Amino acid sequence: MADDLSMFGQDAWWVIGLKAVFIFLILVLLTLFNIWWERRVVARMQHRIGPNVHGPFGLLQSLADGVKLALKEDIVPKAADKVVFVLAPVISATAAFVTFAVIPFGPVVNFFGQETPLQLTDMPVAVLFVLAIASVGIYGIVLGGWSSGSTYSLLGGLRSSAQMISYEVAMGLALVAVFLYAGSMSTSEIVAAQDDLWFGLILVPSFVIYMIAMVGETNRAPFDLPEAEGELVGGFHTEYSSLKFALFFLAEYINMATVSALATTLFLGGWHAPFWIDHAWAGANEGYWPLLWFFGKIMFFIFLFIWLRGSLPRLRYDQFMAFGWKRLIPIALVWIVAVATIRAISLDGGLDRRYLMIGIGILAVFFLVLFFIGDRAEAEDTTEPAAATPGGFPVPPMPTGGPVRGAAQPLTFRTSSTVTGGDA
Amino acid sequence: MIAFWILAPIMTIAALGILFVRKAVHAALLLAVVMISLAILYAALDAPFLFAVQIIVYTGAILMLFLFVLMLVGVDASDSVVETIRGQRVAAMIGGLLLGLVLVIGLGQISLGTAVGLDEANDAGNIQALANILFSHYVFGFEVTSALLITAAVGAMVLAHRERLTPKSTQTSLAAQRVRDYAEKGTHLGPLPTPGVYARHNAVDTPALLPDGTPSEASISRVLVARGTVRSAPALADDITVIEGQIGGAPHAGRQSEAPATTTETTPATGGDHQ
Repeated sequence: MADDLSMFGQDAWWVIGLKAVFIFLILVLLTLFNIWWERRVVARMQHRIGPNVHGPFGLLQSLADGVKLALKEDIVPKAADKVVFVLAPVISATAAFVTFAVIPFGPVVNFFGQETPLQLTDMPVAVLFVLAIASVGIYGIVLGGWSSGSTYSLLGGLRSSAQMISYEVAMGLALVAVFLYAGSMSTSEIVAAQDDLWFGLILVPSFVIYMIAMVGETNRAPFDLPEAEGELVGGFHTEYSSLKFALFFLAEYINMATVSALATTLFLGGWHAPFWIDHAWAGANEGYWPLLWFFGKIMFFIFLFIWLRGSLPRLRYDQFMAFGWKRLIPIALVWIVAVATIRAISLDGGLDRRYLMIGIGILAVFFLVLFFIGDRAEAEDTTEPAAATPGGFPVPPMPTGGPVRGAAQPLTFRTSSTVTGGDA
Repeated sequence: MIAFWILAPIMTIAALGILFVRKAVHAALLLAVVMISLAILYAALDAPFLFAVQIIVYTGAILMLFLFVLMLVGVDASDSVVETIRGQRVAAMIGGLLLGLVLVIGLGQISLGTAVGLDEANDAGNIQALANILFSHYVFGFEVTSALLITAAVGAMVLAHRERLTPKSTQTSLAAQRVRDYAEKGTHLGPLPTPGVYARHNAVDTPALLPDGTPSEASISRVLVARGTVRSAPALADDITVIEGQIGGAPHAGRQSEAPATTTETTPATGGDHQ
C-alpha cells in the first residue's frame, strides 16, 4: 500500500512560487502576531495591560520593535569567528522556514483557477524530513554559541543543543505510534487517516509525551534553560545584536509555530473541523474553511506555550535532563511496544478484544508481583566488603558496606529551640 | 542529473576543504556540507527514506557529537603543523598515494551496468518496500546489528560507570550543609557578594566594597586574583579630589559639570577573560 502522493509535484511553477511566498508571509506575520499575543496574554496573567499603543490593540508593537531591532548597531565581537558567526543565525532561520513546506494547511482547493492541495509539497517521509531539518536547525544554535568566542555563549549553545537533541529523541519516539496507526509518514496521509478520530484521542500517552517534548525542543519556559538569565546572561545569543539577533528570535518563534503545526497535523486531525462539525455541515472540510480550523488549533498550542511561560518557574538543568532521559524516553519506548503489539494483534484479527484485555490484566498483575519480589530480594542481598586494592591497583578503598546506591538518605531535621518556623 | 552537476563540485570543494582548513570546527562544518549534499543526492535518486535518515543520523547525531568535543577542546584551537612523529608526513603521503593507486586500478577493472533507477524497487512505495526486505530477507542482519549497537551502548555505560563513595548531595542536603556551616564555622549563609557593589564600577574585576570601605575578597573570582587582573579600590579613588572639586565648584550646574568626570574614568580592562 503505497502512499498516494500523485497530486503533489503537478503544479505550475507560478503556483509553487505563490505558495512558497504565502508560507513565508504567513510565518513572518504569525511571528509578529505571536509576540504581541504572548505579551498581551502574559500581561493579563500578571494583571498588567501589555502593549496597547501602536495600532489597534497594540498589534503593530512587534512590527515597530522589529524595525527598531533591525536598525540597531550590528556588533561582531573581536574574539568571534566571523564567517561562522554570520552563518549561524542564517542556518537557524532557514531551517525554521523550510520545515513548513510539508505542513498541510488544507485540502485540494481552487487556487487561482488551479486545482491544488494547500500544501507546498509532500513526500513519503515528510515527518522524518521535519525532524531532519530540526536537527540541522540545532547547528545554528551550536555554531552561534561557539563562534561568539564567549563562555556564556558556548555554555548556552552546549546546553541548548544537548537539550534539543535529548528531547528530539523523545519527540521522535512519540511519533512512532502515529506512524503505526496511520500506516504512513507523509503528512497529508496522516491527516487523511484522522478523518473520523484524532490520534490525540486514541494515542493519549504519545500526545502527552509529544507536548512535553515540544516545549523542551523549542527552548521555551519552563524548559528555557539555555537562556537562563541568572546563569548564562542570554545563552547562545548573548553576543548577537541587530538583525542577526532578530533572525534567532524569528527562528525561535517560527519553531514554536512549527511544532504546534506538527502537533495539529499528527494528533489533532490537521485541517479537519473539530468536534465533528463536518457531520452536521459537510462544507466545513471543503474549500478554504479548513484554514480556519488549522490556524485555530495552532493558536491553541501557542496559547498553551504562553500559559506555561506565564505560570511555571524554570527547571534545574540536571532535573530537566534526568526527566527527559529517565522518564520520557523509557515511557515512550514501553508505549511503543504496547501500541505495536496491540496493532499487530488487531490487524491480524486473530484475537478478540476481550482476550486482549484479559492478557493485559494478567501481565500487569504479573509485573506488579515481580516488582515486590524483586525489591525483597535486593534488600536481603548483603554486600561483602570490597578488597582494598582489587587487582593490585592503588584505588581508594570502598566504604564499608559497599558503594553507595541511589540518591542520598532521606533528611531528618533535628528539632531545636533556636530554630523558629519563620526563618527562610 | 542537474542535482548531481550542482552538488558534485560543492561536495568536492567541501571535501578538499576538510583537508586544508586550519580550524577543526570548520572542517566539521564542511563535513556537514558533504553529508547534507549526499542526502540531497539520495533524495534526487528516489531514496527519500535514506535522505531523511542520512541527515538525522549522520548530520544530526554523529557530527553533532564531533562538534561537541571539538568545541570543548577550545575556541581557538587550530591544528599544529609541528610533526610529532618523525617521518609521519612522508609515510602518510606514500600511504595515501598507494591507496589512491589501488582504488584507481581496482575501480578501473569493474564495469557498471546501465543505471535502472529505483522505479521497480519503489513500486509499492519506498518505505514499504524497504520495510519488506528489512524484516524478511535481511531480518537476521538487522537484528544482529541492533544487538551489536546495544552491546556497544551498554559497554560505554559500564566503562563510564563509577561506584559512588559518598551519597549524592541533593538540593536539601546542600542547604542543610550550608546552615550547618553557618552554625559551626560562621560561614556566610547567603550568596556571595557580587563584584562592584558600592565600588565605582560593576565589572567582574572590581571588588565590592564593604561598609568600612575595604574591598571584599569574596566578590571576585579566584581565577582573576591568580591572574593578577583585579583592580584595587584605592586605585579607582585617586581622582576623588578632582571630582569633589568639580562637584563643589558647580553644585547646581547639574549634568554638564559631571561630564568631564566620566571621561576621565578608565574603561574597564577586559583582561583576557574572553575565552
